[in-house]
Amino acid sequence: MEKIFVKGCEAVAEAAVRAGCRFFAGYPITPQNEVPEYLARKLPQVGGIFVQAESEIASISMVFGAAAGGTRSMTSSASTGVSLMSEGISALAGAHLPAVICNFQRSGPGISNIQPSQQDYNQATKAHGHGAFRMLVLAPSTLQEAADMTYRAFDLADKYLNPVYLLLDGFTGAMMEPIVFPDPKSDEWILENKASKAGWALFDGNLREERRRAMGGRNDQEPDNIASAEMYERWKGTEVEYEETLTDDAELIITAYGISARFAGAAVKKLREEGLKVGLIRPVKVYPFPEEAFDKLDYTRVRGILSVEMSIPANFAEDVKYAACRRAPVKTCLSSGGNILELDAILDAARELYGSR
Amino acid sequence: MNAVYTRPKTLDAAGSTYCPGCHHATANKLICEVLEELGQEKNAVAVMGVGCCANSFRYLGTDLIALPHGRPCAAASAYKKCNPDVVTFTYQGDGDLASIGLAETLMAANRGDNITVVFINNAVYAMTGGQIAPTTLIGQKTSTAPGGRIAEEYGYPLHMCELMGQLRAPKYLARVACTDVPNVRKTRASLMKAFKNQLDGKGFSMVEILSNCPTNWGMSALESIEFIENQLIPEYPLGEYRDI
Ligand SMILES: Cc1ncc(C[n+]2csc(CCOP(=O)(O)OP(=O)(O)O)c2C)c(N)n1
Ligand code: SF4
Repeated sequence: MEKIFVKGCEAVAEAAVRAGCRFFAGYPITPQNEVPEYLARKLPQVGGIFVQAESEIASISMVFGAAAGGTRSMTSSASTGVSLMSEGISALAGAHLPAVICNFQRSGPGISNIQPSQQDYNQATKAHGHGAFRMLVLAPSTLQEAADMTYRAFDLADKYLNPVYLLLDGFTGAMMEPIVFPDPKSDEWILENKASKAGWALFDGNLREERRRAMGGRNDQEPDNIASAEMYERWKGTEVEYEETLTDDAELIITAYGISARFAGAAVKKLREEGLKVGLIRPVKVYPFPEEAFDKLDYTRVRGILSVEMSIPANFAEDVKYAACRRAPVKTCLSSGGNILELDAILDAARELYGSR
Repeated sequence: MNAVYTRPKTLDAAGSTYCPGCHHATANKLICEVLEELGQEKNAVAVMGVGCCANSFRYLGTDLIALPHGRPCAAASAYKKCNPDVVTFTYQGDGDLASIGLAETLMAANRGDNITVVFINNAVYAMTGGQIAPTTLIGQKTSTAPGGRIAEEYGYPLHMCELMGQLRAPKYLARVACTDVPNVRKTRASLMKAFKNQLDGKGFSMVEILSNCPTNWGMSALESIEFIENQLIPEYPLGEYRDI
């Protein structure tokens, strides 16, 4: 398998094309401009459609239209742009349409600056739009994972007829790593994928008697909400994904997702070299949150949990605290506003918590 | 007996819940007739936002995409690009098309997307109770402009056909009304043209129908027709603004 040296944004864009994404609409925003730029070149070559829309609101509405017709569709943006998409993301969930949404998080709140952050965690996992719905939220921490997850995201969206959210950051979008891309879906496969949506998508109207509606609003909404809630509950059994490193004998757990997990992983390695028994829990999906990873810990041994993220105030740490359920002290090591985490700060916080029993 | 006139089969047989005398019913019927005449009624997708306009999803027997307020043109453009053989049209009110969705509407027109836009201009936000709309006339009283629209506060009525007439891409722009039989015939002809353009792959077409809202205008159906004739049409002249 050939390894290719790519930038994060391009890894996501190319993986989407390989997954059979044939519609993309987006609006320029740093730090993810290489996603639309790549797709503007690539999609027309494979018979797909690229649109630079007039706004993020229009982008997500276009994705709605394309998805309603059974085409694998994606949009990408960053933080302030994703906020504008809330309306459409909620509409996709309400109408049970599959789509993939990428957020290359930048600093907040507000327009803030274009440097990387992880400040949209709560928005991604809990408040991506009005009306109480959930999405699977995939949080890659390497470019290989970014490509693989983008590829899988389309399958998950089709499987659950629900939008899937890729929670990335400006750091991941800009860095370069060698990766192996998943195999491209063939044109025949893409046609079959569309045909497999014949039960609900809006095509071949001439061939069927009944009229189709891609819409969210229902007078009798509650049964639909209950069914969706049951699906979200089932995810807690089937869709939880996390990675444990050296947790078996660990007396201190560092936990982080996405880019922060790279720093956290480096910290674990260094602390082990110092002889400290430190392990890492990395949620691979941040929704559903891997509570079981924290339930499995032996709290007679674990002195504390250090939650690391690029967000002030802490967001991810709230889920960690909930999962730890007061069985161990949870401390945080944070940065935000575009400031990158410092390895030394993580090491200091870990050493302090390790000795704090 | 020879049937000289029948309800188009694409229109729901149960009748509508529009207020008595509302021209939405006429517009719905004409769309169905035109689609049937073109043999496209089972190959058509209506795209709607919200408002009384969006109630027509209950009566139009085509496939439907319904999404948030103002976004129909964006969704219709994308759907059409992915499904170029399916007749794709939006059905939107003045709030939907000319206020909250103005960017989506103008940009679809400016790109020349091959869709048909049916614009129901009744000069108010009807479904929410008759609030001031971008198309409300100067002096016209609404629930949020109780003293009537004042130019100093809300500017002047927005003329969408004329505005889009500044763009190069649109292929057909017409303003029509359903006030009497000749006008209904013209409306039908304009809709036919707008849908045919799409089938011919020509590009963006819009038919603006000056419509009524007896309920929120506080008028009888007949008075509302007089209001269109005496007030709306002088402000919004009927005619074909673009036909290429
Ligand atoms: C984002 C959003 N804002 C406001 C509303 C409330 N709303 C529902 S219908 C409507 C008025 C629509 O007026 P118009 O587009 O002129 O259509 P009409 O009712 O006249 O057909 C509004 C504002 C909404 N549904 N969504
Ligand atoms: S409120 Fe106005 S626009 Fe809506 S159905 Fe009644 S008359 Fe027609």
